[in-house]
Amino acid sequence: MAEATLRTLPLDKARVLHWLQRYGVYAGVAALLVVNTVITPYFLTVENFRTQAVQVAPVIIVALGMALVIGTEGVDLSVGAVMALAASVTALYLGYGLLPALLAVALFAAGVGLAGGALVAFVGVQPIVATLALMVGGRGLALVLLPQLKDLRNPALASLGSGDLLGFPYLILIAAALALLLGFVMRRTTFGRQLLAIGDSRPAAQLAGLPVRRVLITVYVVSALLAAVAGVLATARLQASDPTSLGNLMELSAITAVVVGGTPLTGGRVNIAGTVAGAVLIQLLTATLIKHDLPPSWTQIAQAIVIVAAVYAARGRGKR
Amino acid sequence: MTTASIEPPQDTHPVGPARHERLSALVQQHGALAVLLIVSLVASLSFDSFATGDNISNMATSSAFLAIVALGMTFVIITGGVDLSVGSLFALGGVLAAWGSRHGTLVALLLPLAVCGLIGVVNGLLIARSRLAPFIVTLAAMLGARGLMLALTDEGADTYLIGKGSFLAELGQGTTLGLGNPVWITLALFVAGAVVLRRTRFGQHVYAVGGNEDAAALMGAPVARTKILVYALSGLLAGLAGALNAAWLASGVTILGSGMELDAISAVVIGGTLLTGGLGYVSGSLVGVLLLKVIQNVINQIGSLDSSYQQVVSGAFLAVVVIAQTWLGRRRQLM
Amino acid sequence: MAPPAEVLAVRGLSKTFPGVRALDDVDLTLHAGEVHALIGENGAGKSTLIKLLTGVYRPDAGEVVFQGRTVSFGTPLEAQKAGISTIYQEVNLIPLLSVARNLFLGREPRNRFGVLDMARMNREAEETLGTYGVRVDVRRPLRTLGVGAQQMVALARAVATDARIVIMDEPTSSLEPREVETLFAVIRRLRDAGIAVVYVSHRLDELYAVCSTVTVLRDGRRVHHGRLADLDRLSLVSTMLGRELGEVRAEGLTKFTGDHGAADAEPVLAATELTVPHKLHGVSLTVRPGEVVGLGGLLGSGRTETAKAVAGALPLRSGTVTVAGVPLRTGSTPAALRAGVSLLPEDRKSEGIVPGLSVRENIALAVLPRLSRFGLVSESRVDSIVDTFIERLRIKASSPHQKVGELSGGNQQKVLLARWLAMNPKVLLLDEPTRGIDVGAKAEVQKLVDELAADGLGVLLISSDLEELIEGSDRVVVLKDGSVVGELAGDDVTEEKLMRTIAGDGPARDTVKEAVVDG
Repeated sequence: MAEATLRTLPLDKARVLHWLQRYGVYAGVAALLVVNTVITPYFLTVENFRTQAVQVAPVIIVALGMALVIGTEGVDLSVGAVMALAASVTALYLGYGLLPALLAVALFAAGVGLAGGALVAFVGVQPIVATLALMVGGRGLALVLLPQLKDLRNPALASLGSGDLLGFPYLILIAAALALLLGFVMRRTTFGRQLLAIGDSRPAAQLAGLPVRRVLITVYVVSALLAAVAGVLATARLQASDPTSLGNLMELSAITAVVVGGTPLTGGRVNIAGTVAGAVLIQLLTATLIKHDLPPSWTQIAQAIVIVAAVYAARGRGKR
Repeated sequence: MTTASIEPPQDTHPVGPARHERLSALVQQHGALAVLLIVSLVASLSFDSFATGDNISNMATSSAFLAIVALGMTFVIITGGVDLSVGSLFALGGVLAAWGSRHGTLVALLLPLAVCGLIGVVNGLLIARSRLAPFIVTLAAMLGARGLMLALTDEGADTYLIGKGSFLAELGQGTTLGLGNPVWITLALFVAGAVVLRRTRFGQHVYAVGGNEDAAALMGAPVARTKILVYALSGLLAGLAGALNAAWLASGVTILGSGMELDAISAVVIGGTLLTGGLGYVSGSLVGVLLLKVIQNVINQIGSLDSSYQQVVSGAFLAVVVIAQTWLGRRRQLM
Repeated sequence: MAPPAEVLAVRGLSKTFPGVRALDDVDLTLHAGEVHALIGENGAGKSTLIKLLTGVYRPDAGEVVFQGRTVSFGTPLEAQKAGISTIYQEVNLIPLLSVARNLFLGREPRNRFGVLDMARMNREAEETLGTYGVRVDVRRPLRTLGVGAQQMVALARAVATDARIVIMDEPTSSLEPREVETLFAVIRRLRDAGIAVVYVSHRLDELYAVCSTVTVLRDGRRVHHGRLADLDRLSLVSTMLGRELGEVRAEGLTKFTGDHGAADAEPVLAATELTVPHKLHGVSLTVRPGEVVGLGGLLGSGRTETAKAVAGALPLRSGTVTVAGVPLRTGSTPAALRAGVSLLPEDRKSEGIVPGLSVRENIALAVLPRLSRFGLVSESRVDSIVDTFIERLRIKASSPHQKVGELSGGNQQKVLLARWLAMNPKVLLLDEPTRGIDVGAKAEVQKLVDELAADGLGVLLISSDLEELIEGSDRVVVLKDGSVVGELAGDDVTEEKLMRTIAGDGPARDTVKEAVVDG
């Protein structure tokens, strides 16, 4: 009787659902590209693609970390606050040069990630609550450190934000490099496999002697560090530190990208390529609506529908 | 036949679990109140302007709106869920009330309740029937409701005003016995909320669903209906709070409500409601809201401190409360 | 005297799950005031039968006649409303709600304003529970009561909702002796009130103390039914385990061969006085290199807990574990693994396999750090280990990249064995290694255990399959109620002696015997 399984879905429906779950996000991106090519003037220009890519890069970077956290059956709501914190700390320490500032940012972010990870792994607090506290406190800290918008004049920072290599903006290159790096980590390292095992079956992972707590803490630290990278890059692009609004609703965009990209909220699977595609999909959707003079309110409603649809479609997959 | 009896465990372990249990229940239920009293006492000794009638009345009125939202959130969290859409619904409720006030008081009051309540029902349906995770459903609703609100106000450019002297304006701005009307409404809602939660079958079901969903279903509690109702209630109260707030401000301000869900959750949790569900107090949530507002007020009084310290303090407070809850909960399990 | 009325008549009940015939043409009759023992080993079909009666599952064939009418319940709630209540071993109430609110949930007394009448509710709750011997402040959260008192609340709730049949699923598994006594008193009162009780337990003393009739299930079939008094303990155990006494000395049917292990070698595993509240009471045992030590006993006797405690997966109140003479930090799985102790858990699906990962990743999961340099996995080393074990254990998968969740039970078990063998353990703890896997795979696993022992590994074998235990083990340690009650070695390792030890009085619970006298 233990062998009872729930494979009673009609084959065709199951197959369609499976296909949608796996390739839906790429099909969506492709469809939006085709539609836009037809209906949107000046869509197929290098300039347009560059703009879209630069806009989506920070979301991708944050979403990569979020994908790892969700892979452990968690969630990280503090990413937006960490971006704001990164902006504040950058402004505060930029006087000592770009590198010391980046180092300080990394320390602050690692601190936030460590706190979140410790709450989850050692105290046993639900991830959503632990990171909620950090979200509130982190944004507050960012504002305490730097109460309002501050223009930053630093050539090194400016070139990080708007410079390019062979025509590719640094932002895009960094996002691509990070995506490749995390793809490699998930595929080829002990850490990546232990992460998946922990997310899939915590009791089995524990009995198999995996370092569950260490992996969980590392995951939250990585997520915070990636959010910090996104925060620094966004600050560099603005050439201003804006802890009040930087990273607002970023947790939402990142979760959306991850979920739309086919990483189930129930853990045990991380789809890096899908996450990148998910972020691109939302970006293209927003851009399409804006370019056709539909107001931002519509894009928000559209995004809400996409999230619910994606979670709904993924529903069958997580259940065992 | 034997007349064996099972005595309460404390008889066999005189200093064992029972005393600890009582202590932790005490901390859980009244810890926030104790902190509130201490902070208020210290504040009134430190700042002359703290314990004045004006300041207290101001604090009470500005707490009222968050308190109403927190009341709905209390119900949701006791069932083991969470509602992240309340901030957006609060803003939407305000805009709808101000927009509706041109068509009469009745429309101004009913429209926000109907729309926000309906969004709550949709949340509840997706959570209870389709079994989607509450946080993601209400996150989407937060985005959708904000979008709806922006669509109504020409992307936030239009601000609808509420005419002076109308019933609605009186409801929001008038005072009775020296306290603002919203304060009285809030108090009435909390009394009603407490009765519903502690003294009705629906209230029992709310606790049962959060305490042990499977057992609740086996004991005959209507699990899905209860869940749908709490999200509907949460949406309704958020819309009402927004409408009252708009009446108070005499306009439907579009930039409000962002981050309010976090304040509401913090207040509820600080007030002793377990985030894992099954245990909570309406009165605690009121205390939690007041505590947040008093801390904010104190930080403003200090003057040299930026108001963003408020967030750091609430974040830290929330973390401490949650750690304490988890720790107390674990001690219980071990015993 | 007229015979008591028939409350329940089950005829020809059958239920099949994919690949398993869980219940096969089972009959059961209950009369008012009857306390009926329902027994059988794991997988015998007890829980399937209970779930069919209470509307969790629907039968494939057969009918249930309850109080003269044919019924078909869609949910446990429907069954409960009709009058069939179930008391589970894990109390199914709301822990944070007060005792009175639990007792009255869904039928609370209300005053004329439609608001709950708390005073009346608390008063009535106190009165009701008083008759069950529970005297507590009913306003306290249910959780603050002992498990026994909680179970009484569940019972009182069931009776108050007009139950005609109360099914008790291992109600005493976490009760103190004194609480067991009270439970029995209440059961007798239910009996006198004309309520039929189905009592599921593995504790023979208890069965003989309260039950009048018995149904024995084995492999989904009813193999015996009748008055309990007509069946002595040894016959009961042999019926349950499916071994005729005469058959015991017959030729072995398993794939195990002869004895191994040097009797004078230093033990590779020594556990001393392992104690876990409510579960283990000072269990000690040793395993020498190359020796297969069986752990015998009925379900719930503490076999699994012993294995978990040794492997660091269960925190100990006291006791020590040494591996090859070195003391182990208890309560830490990684420490146990490093010391060379591997546990093949009983619950393969939830504690063993990682269903979403591939065969390859599941095999390499525990050993991964040893196959990595600077955190980078050496794919070639993983491949070579995985290939070796897939071949050696004859794991049948479409490819090493197939998800483990999609494999058959036997192959999943082999994947887990491979995971642990890859660690090169000194001691292997096997908890029901052949349960729920097909005959062919079973034979292969048994042969493998033999080979491993021959290679010098110490093996602790837990099995409900007596044959497997007898033929696979060089020595058998018998547990009962969390204590060692006997050890069989050499020529004494026979099914008859094992069953006698399991059934025997051992250090039985005195209180229960008193209860027998009392009843």
